[in-house]
Amino acid sequence: MSIKLEHLNYVYSQGTAYEKKALKDICLEIPHGEFVGIIGHTGSGKSTLIQHLNGLIKATSGALYYNGENIYEEGYHMRELRNQVGLVFQYPEHQLFEIDVMTDVCFGPKNQGLSPEECKQRALEALQLVGLKEKYYQSSPFELSGGQKRRVAIAGVLAMRPKVLVLDEPTAGLDPKGRDDILDQIAYLHRQSDMTVILVSHSMEDIARYADRIIVMNKGTVMYNDAPKKVFEHYQELEKVGLAAPQVTYIMHDLAKRGMPAKTGVTTVEEAADEIMRVLEKKE
Amino acid sequence: MIRDITIGQYYPAKSILHRLDPRTKLVSTLLYLVSLFLFKSISGYLVATVFLMAIIRMSKVPFAYIVRGLKPIIMLLMITVLFNLFLTRDGDVLFHAWIFTITEGGLVTAVYMAIRLIYLIIGSSLMTFTTTPNELTDGIEELLGPLNKIHVPVHEIAMIMSIALRFIPILLEETDKIMKAQIARGADLESGNMIQKAKSMIPILVPLFVSAFRRANDLAMAMEARCYRGGEGRTKMKPLHYQKRDHMAYIVVIVYVIAVVVIGKYVPLHIWVF
Repeated sequence: MSIKLEHLNYVYSQGTAYEKKALKDICLEIPHGEFVGIIGHTGSGKSTLIQHLNGLIKATSGALYYNGENIYEEGYHMRELRNQVGLVFQYPEHQLFEIDVMTDVCFGPKNQGLSPEECKQRALEALQLVGLKEKYYQSSPFELSGGQKRRVAIAGVLAMRPKVLVLDEPTAGLDPKGRDDILDQIAYLHRQSDMTVILVSHSMEDIARYADRIIVMNKGTVMYNDAPKKVFEHYQELEKVGLAAPQVTYIMHDLAKRGMPAKTGVTTVEEAADEIMRVLEKKE
Repeated sequence: MIRDITIGQYYPAKSILHRLDPRTKLVSTLLYLVSLFLFKSISGYLVATVFLMAIIRMSKVPFAYIVRGLKPIIMLLMITVLFNLFLTRDGDVLFHAWIFTITEGGLVTAVYMAIRLIYLIIGSSLMTFTTTPNELTDGIEELLGPLNKIHVPVHEIAMIMSIALRFIPILLEETDKIMKAQIARGADLESGNMIQKAKSMIPILVPLFVSAFRRANDLAMAMEARCYRGGEGRTKMKPLHYQKRDHMAYIVVIVYVIAVVVIGKYVPLHIWVF
């Protein structure tokens, strides 16, 4: 149940004036059950990369193995791949179209060929997972608020019970509470099932809090591919490419510079608080 | 997939055609289109071909790219050719079977019509390839200016056109995104009969319409917020001025039109294919 990319290249609009190399020689491996964060500047190739994972874009060259099978091979069952790798696009609420929330969430399972009862069962489950109140199940998706629409759209993908869930900036444009709610639910899902989660985000704080591993993309290449602590050690290099480490990293580095014997490799606010407390207690 | 539609799209390059005043290009294109219908002989076609080839070379737009833009009109072309081929009764009968008759005149008309249509499309798409939508509407607004006197809302028409043109790439991109999102949810857009195919378009069309209306609403709001009130008293950031190259271009085009008419009429060149 792993995804493996080998020397993947992708060129947009090849042979025209708009030709652009979006991905250059990407080699990655994502084992089953991992929570991976992908960060990168706008235009660094993150979105292009994740669209390869379920075969929406075909690489110009290179290979992509899902469970050891090359998906570009003749006769590969692309639909089956799309059933297993669920992709939540940026602003997924823009893809809602049905007359009510329930029917819209059923769209995915229906395409998988499940019976109406089963579809409904799955939709209910998915809607509960994303935490949408039951009174909205029969209303039109266009009447909901932005955050609610986002939940419905994510439920639409979850209802397909993917083995790998890919989310492209699922929190863009949401308020802090909506953001935390959605990310917490995704993290909960990840803990509950053995689903692989790939989260694309701009926010270092979010990624640092949830991901086991971070992939930093820059200009179509993989810049770093390591545990959060290791990646954020390069906070100066990250800044040079228009990214930044979580704010606590800066605080810890500043404290260390001013003579506090605290470890600098912490990535979340909670860890930082513990570390500072530890140092202070030792002093006393 | 859907990005491959090239007709009517701008192609960025640095050529003399790209630098010409949009008014020059509009008027020249119009003259060129009319000129295609002013001759009947092969010599006329030769002149038009040479002229078109020269213009294509000058535009620095790759020939393959232009040809790709012809794809969407193939159906139209076929229908025209077939109608001309079978319905023109003129000259010797070359082929006859059941209700289908092909005459010499029909064949010639069909071939000529096809060439004319292709030249027509290439000529006008060369204009859009070398002119940005903004330049184009500026040019149209300027050229139609005199109509303002008889209360034709020229500025509004130009604004509508420029907005429409501006939205083509945006909506194409949006369609692409929605299609991908629905395919990711297992939508099947390819297989099935006509009715099933039409039905499978619903998950794409509904979000597309919703998004088009949302964008239109946002745009109207943004325009209002910047005090847009129509064309009256509005000045331009880049007013159009004719340069020396524009006068040259006019001369070239006029010489071409005269050449095509004169040569087409007085140089009887007949190539018999039969």
